[in-house]
Amino acid sequence: MQFLRNIFDNIRPNFEKGGKLEKYYKGFEALETFAFTPGHVTHNGTHVRDAIDLKRTMFLVVIALVPSLLFGMWNTGHQHFLALGEMTGLADGLMDKFLFGALKVLPIVIVSYGVGLGIEFLFAIMKNHSVNEGYLVSGLLIPLVLPSEIPLWMVAVATAFAVLIGKEVFGGTGMNILNPALTARAFLFFAYPTKMSGNTVWISTAGESTVDGYTGETLLSQAYNADKGADFGGIAYDAAGNHFGSIADTMWASFWGWIPGSIGETSVFAILLGAALLIATGIGSWRIMLSFLVGGLVMSGIFNAFAVNSFMAVHPLQQILMGSFMFGMVFMATDPVSASQTEMGKWIYGFLAGFLGIMIRVFNPAYPEGIMMAILFMNVMAPLIDHYVIQANVKRRLKRVPVTA
Amino acid sequence: MSKNIKIRKGANIKLEGAAERVKAEAPKATSFAIKPTDFHGLTPKLVVKEGDSVKAGSPIFYDKYNEHLKFTSPVSGKVSEIVRGAKRKILEVKIAPDGANSFEQFDVSDLSSDVKVKELLMASGLWPLIKQRPYDVVANPQDSPKAIFISAFDSAPLGADYDFILHGQKEAFQAGVNALSKLTKGKVHLNVRGESAPDVTFKEAKGVERNTFSGPHPAGNVGIQIHHIDPVNKGERVWTVNAQSVAMIGRFLLTGKADFSKTIALAGSEVEKPKYYTTVVGSNIASIIDGQIKAGDNRIISGNVLTGTQVSKDGYLGFYADVVSVIPEGREPQFLGWLAPNTNKLSFSKAYFSWLMPNKKFNLNTNMNGEDRAFVMTGQYESVLPMDIYPVHLIKSIMTKDLEKMENLGIYEVAPEDMALCEFACTSKMEVQKILREGLDLAQEELG
Repeated sequence: MQFLRNIFDNIRPNFEKGGKLEKYYKGFEALETFAFTPGHVTHNGTHVRDAIDLKRTMFLVVIALVPSLLFGMWNTGHQHFLALGEMTGLADGLMDKFLFGALKVLPIVIVSYGVGLGIEFLFAIMKNHSVNEGYLVSGLLIPLVLPSEIPLWMVAVATAFAVLIGKEVFGGTGMNILNPALTARAFLFFAYPTKMSGNTVWISTAGESTVDGYTGETLLSQAYNADKGADFGGIAYDAAGNHFGSIADTMWASFWGWIPGSIGETSVFAILLGAALLIATGIGSWRIMLSFLVGGLVMSGIFNAFAVNSFMAVHPLQQILMGSFMFGMVFMATDPVSASQTEMGKWIYGFLAGFLGIMIRVFNPAYPEGIMMAILFMNVMAPLIDHYVIQANVKRRLKRVPVTA
Repeated sequence: MSKNIKIRKGANIKLEGAAERVKAEAPKATSFAIKPTDFHGLTPKLVVKEGDSVKAGSPIFYDKYNEHLKFTSPVSGKVSEIVRGAKRKILEVKIAPDGANSFEQFDVSDLSSDVKVKELLMASGLWPLIKQRPYDVVANPQDSPKAIFISAFDSAPLGADYDFILHGQKEAFQAGVNALSKLTKGKVHLNVRGESAPDVTFKEAKGVERNTFSGPHPAGNVGIQIHHIDPVNKGERVWTVNAQSVAMIGRFLLTGKADFSKTIALAGSEVEKPKYYTTVVGSNIASIIDGQIKAGDNRIISGNVLTGTQVSKDGYLGFYADVVSVIPEGREPQFLGWLAPNTNKLSFSKAYFSWLMPNKKFNLNTNMNGEDRAFVMTGQYESVLPMDIYPVHLIKSIMTKDLEKMENLGIYEVAPEDMALCEFACTSKMEVQKILREGLDLAQEELG
């Protein structure tokens, strides 16, 4: 790699103090440090340092997202062909489905990274701070929480909004209050609701006519509409209007993920692969994931026990398997910057996010998903939770002081 | 009541080149230096000029705010040079030894009261061996500490083994303990390692409260031990003395000679034959390392790799150092270093593979392994700081200079060395010890 090293060494003087491209130094630095971990050495303080850095950390999260991404590509194709009534078997046309999906999903990923990283570099150069690796993760999270039919320009606008208003105005990665990827999703959700919910956005029909009886509803929307005459809670419909044989079949399908939904959220299996990596490496907080799961199960258990409508009656296990519950739990709630930072705080934060997520999902009259809103709400509440956890520590310390009369 | 305490948080950094338990005599140093910078926050007032003759134990400078608190020459000879830095700050006072090895004689016949002991220690230059918490600075002789803590083991990477160093120095150690116990109305705590039987020097020491600590580094740090036994509250003072320093104090009070000789470990992957050497405080590093270290771009550290001070080849041994560590510099950029498996690098996180090799000894260099970033990851500091303290929030309160918060979050209980592992583990490569030191300085100035 001496060749690449030489290139960097040759062009470096242009970017250093006094060079003609001096003001672009931070951009150059970002590229150089990406290619070569720099030969910076420690000064006084600790003379040796842990091998971990933010690049490695963020890259591992990206790897954890890959199963969801790949599955999402296949599922986009699968749902398309289901809607057309072609190759309806799971094993049929594997490559066709994957290629169709890849052509739908990759442009969204490219736009998200292009716009997001572009703004990151711009800000780094303008404000003379280093380009932070956090966007490597946000840039992949954004496509995975969007429907595959989203227009690309909306992806660009939402990404710009998330990076600018969600992050840079607070001072960049590490200072943001809200999870940037969820900010992007929330922005689209409120700005262009017709492209983010309903029955037509999840499945790419490419303008072709669908089979008879096809609705394109997600499982959540079926459960949500169950009150209004549709049938759920025992027997659900799949995308092509066929009955799943039983609730077990519904759960099976939502565990593996061959159901309509946002690109990356449908396969619980793929998400759990990512979760395993995050927990094994210690990068994702297992405390948040576990308490989030418990919170969701408790809330849906309560609903299930006191059900007055069929959405409330949905089995707790089915509740957590469908929609974005799992994706939110593993990849969104665990964002270390916007989550609680204390150990105790993480338990409370995770539990409440899962608990509120199911509550909003079931009781919200406007749309049938609440995880995004619950996590964003808990992002805002996280500093408050930490404050009280720390206050308890302060009180313990004060109690220790011997009382002098 | 002595306590047995098990430390669960923390981590041992296993490095190549631990010192073999063999003592050798280091060659006589050709130059000595006493460095005011070793004593944090000290404003020195010189009493010697270049060319003056001094004996071992003769004052070189004293504390501007306490003229009785003297800092003395470790050796007899001539003041050869006074090195000054910016604003004429005194960096080093160099002394060329005359080889006569003559000592200033102190009258140690009367050690009955704390006043006498204090006077003798201050006059002889041994007082600075006693440090205080909070703030981790030289103890103020006017204070009356609620307890004195001695850690009998060093858990830091390549740390010196006091069981070995102080073997056979039972009398001197006991004399030191006796003197220290006069300085406090509270207890003198001697904290020994829980995993192994302590040397007779520690086992048979009288007049101490013996506690055992087991678990990973920083279990041997006196700050951690204080926190678990008798934590420092606002307005309180606790004094700490390093185990070997206790023996030095004892030796002085037995003989009346300010003898600054000590045993240090020369360790690290770049040392040919790591072992222990007897030398004298302030010796030039060359006398210890010459011919002992491997060729190449090395870093010489007076102290351990977590908290020590970098010194050049013609530098000097620090006043408090019990270890000289030599490790390779890491100035080579690494292609896609953040992506490579890097099985030769150590990480507390499981993002690298070192956790699969818990017994492997690593040859770590001084590379930062990354770049400075804002705080992103959480829980890393907490997992290596065995204290009931929120380290990240404490550091943030220091960054914002919020004194009330610093006080509430426990600034009185920590010293930079206690949070050295946090700095090691930090993904964002924060300079934790430096920030903490700034916070301690601010707190000392504003809160006293």
